[in-house]
Amino acid sequence: MIDPVSIPQLNKHFRLQWEEAQDCFVLLYPEGMVKLNESAGLILSCVDGVKTVEAIIAELSERFPQVEGIALDIEEFMTTASAQHWVAFS
Amino acid sequence: MTSPPATSPPLWLLAELTYRCPLQCPYCSNPVELASAGTELNTDDWFRVMQQARKMGAAQLGFSGGEPLVRQDLELLVAEARRLGFYSNLITSGVGLTGDRVGALREAGLDHIQISFQSTDSDISELLSGSRKAFAHKLAMAEAVKSAGYPMVLNFVLHRHNIDQIEQIIDLSHQLGADYVELANAQYHGWALLNRDDLMPTKEQLDRAEKITNAWREAHPDGMRLFFVVPDYYEERPKPCMNGWAKMFLAIAPDGLALPCHSARSLPLDFPNVRDHDISAIWNDSAAFNAYRGFDWMQEPCRSCPEKEQDFGGCRCQAFALTGDASQADPVCTKSDQRNQIDAALTAANCHNAVSATMQYRSWSASQNIIASTP
Ligand code: SF4
Ligand code: SF4
Repeated sequence: MIDPVSIPQLNKHFRLQWEEAQDCFVLLYPEGMVKLNESAGLILSCVDGVKTVEAIIAELSERFPQVEGIALDIEEFMTTASAQHWVAFS
Repeated sequence: MTSPPATSPPLWLLAELTYRCPLQCPYCSNPVELASAGTELNTDDWFRVMQQARKMGAAQLGFSGGEPLVRQDLELLVAEARRLGFYSNLITSGVGLTGDRVGALREAGLDHIQISFQSTDSDISELLSGSRKAFAHKLAMAEAVKSAGYPMVLNFVLHRHNIDQIEQIIDLSHQLGADYVELANAQYHGWALLNRDDLMPTKEQLDRAEKITNAWREAHPDGMRLFFVVPDYYEERPKPCMNGWAKMFLAIAPDGLALPCHSARSLPLDFPNVRDHDISAIWNDSAAFNAYRGFDWMQEPCRSCPEKEQDFGGCRCQAFALTGDASQADPVCTKSDQRNQIDAALTAANCHNAVSATMQYRSWSASQNIIASTP
């Protein structure tokens, strides 16, 4: 379970970047690259090592009021991202 | 000129900055004809290559060689790579890597360093035989890499003369604080092919080394990660070389020759040079890059083989080196009628255990001699 007051931070060996040629956010790391879908890209670009999960949920809910269940989506993504070692929580 | 349909862009760019190298590894995968290469690309040439490849969508960039640290403009190249948005990797023997240089590279924006410890490096041979001085030197370098925030990624090339020291190699990596260690048997291209019969480990050696590696993994479930790579000669199917010819990987040799694989220089194709053409024309339109794309070039047994989409018929360079025809199946494949060549090499490796005096060390002059004696 992801603790809402924990702070996600991008694994320092990964770099998140917008790829013009692929029209999406990607995560770059020593052995390769993962293409992120739109929501994953949006969520990860909010991860700055300062904001808590709660704060990210609040921010994205405000930006996308029409999207239902956004909190659940974010928590799910954080679980995946943590399992993949893309982010760690403090 | 018509391009073949749906060519995906190169994602990996390998910049072989130089063939110069302070070491003389007999298992070097550089071409044996390296002394015949033209003059090295200059800084601006490399800037142009990086810009063009990046524009096509390349995102991963490797700086290798030879020894890339001998290029005085390495920091400039790294900075440009960063500016363009590449994820940059330095592949170095670590000879010449100082704390200051690590700092400067970090500053320039280098993302990752892989240190390939070479057993011909006197430090390493001394280390494996227990020298404290050599150890202190490597440790200082490892600490510089770690304190700059890089993971410690080490690579050891294994062969019959060092594979029995696998325990010392693993211990050394552990003491240096490695995160990932590649224990990779030599790939038999270039100099390594020339010296193959002196480098190929026996089955017994290989099994022992694998067993020790597995035992270490079991004893240290949260320890550094070990990757063990067996020589493909001991496999029954070839590796999917480069994930398919000219599919995602683009190598540029020190003199600007564009290659779909760093070994491809040995093939009888007319490879384009980045001094004459831009990357997109090279990638999309050149005859050499289109030569083995897709499956139409294949002969039997590959052509009708259900596994062709997994291994793409293996390595073109290995097929050419061993059969004289680059469009044949990689002879590692047991379906190939040339597999007997691989088996013969294995038989030879497993029945003679003498240390041969014929090992050819990689050097400029050795390369010149080889070129002079080839008709
Ligand atoms: S394999 Fe050895 S000789 Fe070849 S480039 Fe690397 S360090 Fe130099
Ligand atoms: S026959 Fe060709 S395609 Fe089939 S497994 Fe062997 S090398 Fe691969």
